[in-house]
Amino acid sequence: MDFLTLVQVLDSTVRLATPLLLACLAGLFSERAGIFDIGLEGKMLMAAFFSAAVAAMTGNVWMGLLAGIGSSLALSGLHGAASITFRGNQLISGVAINFLASGLTVLIAQSWFQQGGRTPSLLSGGRFEPIELPFAIGPTEATEAGRRLSDLLSEANVLQQIYSELISGHSIIVYIAGLCVFLTWWVLFRTRFGLRLRAVGENPAAVDTAGISVIRLRFAAVAICGILCGIAGAYLATGLQAGFVKEMTSGRGFIALAALIFAKWRPVAALWACLLFGLLQAIALRFQSIDLGGFVVPVQFMEALPYILTVVILAGFVGKAVPPKAGGQPYVKER
Amino acid sequence: MTLFKSLMGAAAAVSLTAGVAMADPAVIFDLGGKFDKSFNEAGYNGAERWAKETGGKYLEIELKSEAQREQALRRFAETGANPIITMGFAMSAPLAEVAGDYPDTTFVTIDGWVQAPNVHVIGFSEQEGSYLVGMLAAQASKTGTVGFIGGMDIPLIRRFACGYAEGAKAVNPDAVVIANMTGTTPTAWNDPVKGSELTKAQIAQGADVVYAAAGGTGVGVLQTAADEGILSIGVDSNQNHLHPGKVLTSMLKRVDVAVYDALKAGDSLQPAIQTLGLAEDGVGYALDDNNASLISDDMKASVEAAKAKIISGEVSVHNYTSDDSCPALSF
Repeated sequence: MDFLTLVQVLDSTVRLATPLLLACLAGLFSERAGIFDIGLEGKMLMAAFFSAAVAAMTGNVWMGLLAGIGSSLALSGLHGAASITFRGNQLISGVAINFLASGLTVLIAQSWFQQGGRTPSLLSGGRFEPIELPFAIGPTEATEAGRRLSDLLSEANVLQQIYSELISGHSIIVYIAGLCVFLTWWVLFRTRFGLRLRAVGENPAAVDTAGISVIRLRFAAVAICGILCGIAGAYLATGLQAGFVKEMTSGRGFIALAALIFAKWRPVAALWACLLFGLLQAIALRFQSIDLGGFVVPVQFMEALPYILTVVILAGFVGKAVPPKAGGQPYVKER
Repeated sequence: MTLFKSLMGAAAAVSLTAGVAMADPAVIFDLGGKFDKSFNEAGYNGAERWAKETGGKYLEIELKSEAQREQALRRFAETGANPIITMGFAMSAPLAEVAGDYPDTTFVTIDGWVQAPNVHVIGFSEQEGSYLVGMLAAQASKTGTVGFIGGMDIPLIRRFACGYAEGAKAVNPDAVVIANMTGTTPTAWNDPVKGSELTKAQIAQGADVVYAAAGGTGVGVLQTAADEGILSIGVDSNQNHLHPGKVLTSMLKRVDVAVYDALKAGDSLQPAIQTLGLAEDGVGYALDDNNASLISDDMKASVEAAKAKIISGEVSVHNYTSDDSCPALSF
C-alpha cells in the first residue's frame, strides 16, 4: 500500500464521517438536555429529501439546505411536543419519527416528481460543489495539463498529496461540520446556556428551582438537534449525492448514536469516534478482505466493528459510559 | 416493535382483502420497491403493460420488511389470487414454505429457486448479458482497468461479476477487473453514498469503466462516474438516459417480458423451470440515442459476433452459481 492510497482512504473517511459527525453532535445536544433521540435517522432522511427536492425545484442549493433544516426542525418540534410537552416516551416518539420519515419522503417524492420516490438528479448550482483550495491539484489542473488527475497526484510530493486529497476538495459542509465540533464544545462548556443545558439533563429539578424554564431549555436543545440533523441530511443528498433516493441514510443515524455512546457524550471525543467509524467504513470499502499474514479479516467484521466497539464500551470494559442522569425521563413539576 | 409490526400486518391484511375480485393475479415486489429504476421497476413495467393491453387488474404489494414475505404470500393465496408472481431471490425460502399449503395456486418466482410442483421458476443467464457488456467495457477502457460494483454479496450478483470479467478478458486478456460489493445486508441495495465511495476508490485504482449491479446503490455509482468523467454501465432496466453520453450501456434483463408473459398466461400457466438467456432475448445490452456516440461500429460488431457464438454454443460463459467459483475473477 503506497502513501497516496492511505491519503485516499483518509479522504474517503472524512466524507463518510461528516454526516455521522453532524448527526452525532445533534444527538449530543438533545441527550445532554435529557431528551433521548433515536429519531436522528428519520430527521436526516426527511432533511435529505426536502433539501434535494427544493434544490431541484429552485436550482439553488442554499434554499435546499434551508428547506432541509426546516423539515428536520418540524420533526424535532414533533418530538419535543410528544416527549416534553406531553411527557410521552421519548424512544417511542423517536421510532415513530423514523417510520414517518421513511414513508412520507417516498410518498411526497412520488407525488411531486413521479420518479418512483426519488428526486430528479441535481444539476450544478443545486449541489454543494467540492471547494478547491488554492495551490491544490484538482480537476481544473488535470484538464489544463490534459492528463488524468490520479497521474498528477501520484507524481506530486507527500505534502501536496495530503493537501490536495485530504484537505482540499470537500464541500463547504465538511468544513462547517469541523467548526461545529468546537462550537459545540464552547457552547456546552463555556457559556451559561451550556451549563444550564447540561444541568437540565442531570437534574432538572435543580434547574427549575433556580427559576429557569426546563421546558424552554429542552426545546432549545431539541431545536439545535433539528438544525444539525438538517445539515447532515442536506449533505447526504446535495453534497455527497445529486438527489434523494429512498432510505438513503441507510442506518447512519444509528451509527451516529453508537458514536455518541462511544464518545461518552463529549463533543471532541465525538469527532474522534465519528472519524474512527468513518475510517472503518472507508477501509471496508477500499479493501474488501484484509489479509493479515495468512489471517483474512472478512469485510462483514469491519462493518460490524462500530457496533461491537459500542457494546464493549457499554459493557464497561473501556471506561464507563454514563449517560446524562435525567435522560429519557419527562420532567414533572412536583405539586 | 413486535406489536407495531403485527398492527402493520393487520393493516396490510385489511387493505389487501378490501375489494378483491376472484382470481386476479398478484405481484409481490421486493424490498427495493417497484420504482428502483432497475429490477423491480422492470417487473412493474411488464405488469403495467399487461394491465393496459388486457384491461386486467392485478394485486400488488411492496415489501417493507423481511417479516412480511410469508405473510404477503399467504394473504394473496388465501384471497384466491392466481398466479402469484414474486420478484427477487429473497422470496425463495418463504415461497418454499408456503407453496405446499396452496397446491391449487400457481406461484412464479423470478430470480428465485424453489422446487415444487406449483412453482414456476424463471431465471436469467445474467452471465451472458454481463459478458457482452464486459466486452464493451474492455474496448471502451483506455487504462485497461474496469470496475464492478455489486449490491449485496450474494451468488447471483457474483454471477454478474464473473460474466463481466470473462467478457472483459475475452477482449483484453491483460485487463484488470476490480470487483467490490457494497455490503452483506439488504441495505446494500439502497446506499448510493457507499456506491459513490466505491466508485471513487476504483477510479483511484485506475478503473475508467464501472459496471453497477446494485439496485438503488447504482444511482450513486452512475452519478459519481459521470461527475468524475468516466463511463458507467447500468443494469436490469435501460439506464442509459440517466446520464446521456456518460453511461456506456446497460445490461438488460427482460424481467418485464417475464412478468408480462406470466400474467398473460394467467390461470393456464404451466409450472416449469425456465432460464432466459441471450437465445431467448431474456438478457442483452442497451443501445439507444443516449449511448450511440460511445459505441463504435467495431465494438458493436465484435459484441454481435460474440452474441451469435454464445447462442450457437461455440462460446460458453461460466455460470458462477453452477460451482460457486469463477475462473476469471477471485472474490
